[in-house]
Amino acid sequence: MDIIVENITKRFGTQKAVDDVSFRVKTGEIVGFLGPNGAGKSTTMRAITCFLSPNEGNIRVGDYSIREHPEEIKKIIGYLPEANPLYQDMPVLDYLKFIAELHGISKEKRPQRILEMVHTCGLEGEKHKKICELSRGYKQRVGLAQALIHDPQVLILDEPTSGLDPNQIIEIRELIREIGKEKTVILSSHILAEVEATCDRILIINKGRLVADGSSNDLRKRSQNKEILKLTIEDGERNTIFKALQSMANADLVDIISQSGNTFELQSKPGTSSRRDVFRLCVEKGWVLTELTPTETKLEDVFRELTMN
Amino acid sequence: MLTIWIIAKRELKSFFDSLLAYIMIIAFLVFTGLFTWMIGQTIFLMKQANLQSFFSVSYWALFIFIPALSMKLLAEERNSGTLELILTKPVSDAQLVIGKFLAVFILVLLSLVLTLPYYITVTSIGPIDHGATILGYIGLLLMSAAYISIGLFASSVTNNQIISFLLALFIGIFFHLIFNAIARYFPGFIGNTLNYLSLSSHYESMTRGVIDSKDLIYFASLIILGLFGAEMMISRRNITD
Repeated sequence: MDIIVENITKRFGTQKAVDDVSFRVKTGEIVGFLGPNGAGKSTTMRAITCFLSPNEGNIRVGDYSIREHPEEIKKIIGYLPEANPLYQDMPVLDYLKFIAELHGISKEKRPQRILEMVHTCGLEGEKHKKICELSRGYKQRVGLAQALIHDPQVLILDEPTSGLDPNQIIEIRELIREIGKEKTVILSSHILAEVEATCDRILIINKGRLVADGSSNDLRKRSQNKEILKLTIEDGERNTIFKALQSMANADLVDIISQSGNTFELQSKPGTSSRRDVFRLCVEKGWVLTELTPTETKLEDVFRELTMN
Repeated sequence: MLTIWIIAKRELKSFFDSLLAYIMIIAFLVFTGLFTWMIGQTIFLMKQANLQSFFSVSYWALFIFIPALSMKLLAEERNSGTLELILTKPVSDAQLVIGKFLAVFILVLLSLVLTLPYYITVTSIGPIDHGATILGYIGLLLMSAAYISIGLFASSVTNNQIISFLLALFIGIFFHLIFNAIARYFPGFIGNTLNYLSLSSHYESMTRGVIDSKDLIYFASLIILGLFGAEMMISRRNITD
């Protein structure tokens, strides 16, 4: 089921939380939503899940529009809200039963479905405990279980792995990828590596505006016209080498990245390469070049570049 | 309809799990029991086989107990963020509000059912006016419904339960006492209007066995107004200019 977001704008007072955002997510696609805090990720997710209606624009999920059939959309969406709100005083099983009832899962199917969710989310040992007695990681699993219980066509997860330990994170990522094969998934996260590992496509939002849309490779290429080299030079004095590197024709930025050794990061001017110059410089000065590695642009850098201004 | 019931059921369960329901029921029974049978203007002092004393005690007891039950209904959901959770399930704002209303109403109904032994006891003492007693019970239920609805509204405007409790009492006291008390200082139309707005005048006529369509319209409008107000406050997040 496709999600089509068309030019939505949401204002809180005079501030625009989301400003003319449009995108489209196809069935079987896992889309990662990135952005600094307060960029409008959660607001966009709340608009898709019909909790907040945008001031302008429209969102369609499958054949339904949030303006006309919010009730239908709510039925096909599984949603994990940002802070993972839960009814703390309920035992896990009762809580899942309550959510299953609200989704209209028939009485015969309910117990089996609940057990499946308990199993999938690894809640066997905790199912009789009250939610308030669970640790943060287990609460997060309960949040995921309630989002998945009605086998939704569309899954919206606002920071699904927050509070989980590394093993759990990997399990949940695998689960999301599994689900994502035939369903539409949008997830937001602060962890860039996670989005890179889980998502087919990345949307970066900043100050309410969509600033990037593409696969992680696409995004990397955008800022990869600059060559970045990591190099270590021995047999020379640190400052002398630093100055020599800086004075090369194509060098744009030189940075000392090790505390004691002579390891530098060298950024060349756009479209140029300094590899040959570095080699010649070393030969000329009699230094020994022990490392010369081109650094791949990290998603972190892309993210910073797009969201810092 | 089913959705409303699912929400009411969860809410009722949470009342009983948190012991709040038991405390309220026991306190209500002790309070009304004492004042009906043992302290003040009791049945024995009035020397009449009726439940007037019970009805006047309940009138005050419910006035105070209901805001204590209703204060958390929406304020807590707002505070803990579960409002977002529940409203992104296939539940409309109105269904949520009505479900919560129903839960408290059932709890009050249960408390009143538990006072039926009073009725049976009095019936065995002397000739009781069955009509007036039944109407008195209906009056109590209507009054409760009105206060629950006011309480829900108070709970919908804030995420602080204490504020919600006090606001419910503050709005309630006008209908409970103040309109009636000041009505006599105003002649003519204003006086009559204030008198009509006073809940006590409608309730008292019912406990005496008199009911008018005006009373029913009065209670119905108060209930609907409160529920509608609560729903408005919940859906206010979506008002787009």
